[in-house]
Amino acid sequence: MIEMINVSKRYPNGKLALSDIKLQVNKGDFIFLVGPSGAGKSTFIRMLLKEVDITKGRVMVDDLEISKLHNRRVPFLRRKMGVVFQDFRLLPNKTVFENVAFAMEITGATGREIRKNVPMILSVVGLADKQKVYPHQLSGGEQQRVSIARAMINNPPILIADEPTGNLDPETSWDIMKILKQINRRGTTILMATHDRDIVNVMKQRVVALENGRVVRDEMGGNYGYED
Amino acid sequence: MKISQIGYTIRESFKNLWRNRLMSVASVSSVAATLLILGIIFVLILNVTAIAEGAKDQFDSIQVYLTDDVDYDTIQQVGDKIYQLDGVKEVYFETKQQALEKMKLDWDQNAYLLEGLRENPLPNSYIVTLYDIGYTDYVVGEINGFTGVEEVKYYQEIVLKIMEVTNFIRNIGMVVIFILIAISTFIIHNTIKLAVNARRREITIMKYVGATSWFVRWPFLLEGTLLGIIGAILACGVLYVAYGYAYELLNTHFYVLIAAYLIPVMSVIQDLAILFVVIGAGIGALGSLWSMRRYLKV
Repeated sequence: MIEMINVSKRYPNGKLALSDIKLQVNKGDFIFLVGPSGAGKSTFIRMLLKEVDITKGRVMVDDLEISKLHNRRVPFLRRKMGVVFQDFRLLPNKTVFENVAFAMEITGATGREIRKNVPMILSVVGLADKQKVYPHQLSGGEQQRVSIARAMINNPPILIADEPTGNLDPETSWDIMKILKQINRRGTTILMATHDRDIVNVMKQRVVALENGRVVRDEMGGNYGYED
Repeated sequence: MKISQIGYTIRESFKNLWRNRLMSVASVSSVAATLLILGIIFVLILNVTAIAEGAKDQFDSIQVYLTDDVDYDTIQQVGDKIYQLDGVKEVYFETKQQALEKMKLDWDQNAYLLEGLRENPLPNSYIVTLYDIGYTDYVVGEINGFTGVEEVKYYQEIVLKIMEVTNFIRNIGMVVIFILIAISTFIIHNTIKLAVNARRREITIMKYVGATSWFVRWPFLLEGTLLGIIGAILACGVLYVAYGYAYELLNTHFYVLIAAYLIPVMSVIQDLAILFVVIGAGIGALGSLWSMRRYLKV
């Protein structure tokens, strides 16, 4: 699904953010990406979205070599990956329905498809009754569920989550994790960067730890392993 | 562009025009104001040119007054000699009587004053038209040497002054127009940049979800173009009314002086409308493309 071969990223200011990373992500994997701040987790995710270009090595996503991908093709790479952010990134002047619908509109979906699929995905994340509500009227957990719905509406094979529970209280965090696990069970590969030790330790998934831009640990059913 | 996207683009741009209506009004106003000033200068230049042309025709001749004591043959000879000079286009003879009639016509209601004259004080004269006023000095010099010529009057100075003034106004106008276009593009660029800036979050999110750059760009482009066109129509309307009013005013009060040479509203406004819409749409489209460029690089 995702394959990284000797990937390095050095920023123009000389900082080496990723160093010689080799990683194989298989279809259906649920991976926690852990590590102290500044270890390279952000760069790792931004590289997958081709927000930054790597400086060495090769990255394959679903048979696309993204290191060689032309800028014009980037939108099509991003449609293979749903993205969820810590700060939700919903459009404040659009309703819940419109926020999700708009991810479909960009792919050129018809109005009929949109009216059919959006309510469906919203009921999967448990927001069937909040379609006409604006983001600021929702709790943090609900907003994150909207953003998950938006990420999943086009059925991408990969879901990337950058600290999706970072702004949420523990109880709400677990609600979000249940939804993510459910999505994973249906076959979507999930890559989640996190600082949440409890979640990592309880869920017993594959854990990839980054330190100073290197993969220092990659184990199935691993622990968080940091005392932060 | 897919069909479904056209619908999205149109819907989105109108929605955004309305949602950011304060910005829309600001953009439209700045386009309209710029085009209006541009239009005023344009109209001014056109009219000054027309007036100058008219004035040039009127003053582009030399009056040759003849002494009263010459006989018919001499008059004939003088006319022939003038006609043979280089640069002379036409020679027209005006008798004392014709001159008096003309004067009576010019004086109109005051013409009765001329009735009291026992004899006609006006001289016979030749009115000489030249191919170019550059010949004036030479022609006048020659005619002054002819017998039977009492006085030569010409308006070279006036004509030259008029042309000087016209050229000056035209050049200044051109410079001002260029400066205005530069300033207005900058203002509109800034206005739309504010609008884009307010929505840069939206643009970033769209790019993250996998929207192509053109998908993001189209609604903004259409929005900017619409703003420009609305501004152009507004400027056109204001100019039409204002110019029509000014034309009417000048025509009733100062007809003889200048209004005879003014260009009527309708013949100006059509050209201006096309010019305005093209410039307005262009500024709007360019402004929006320019101002959103850096937000698309995500």
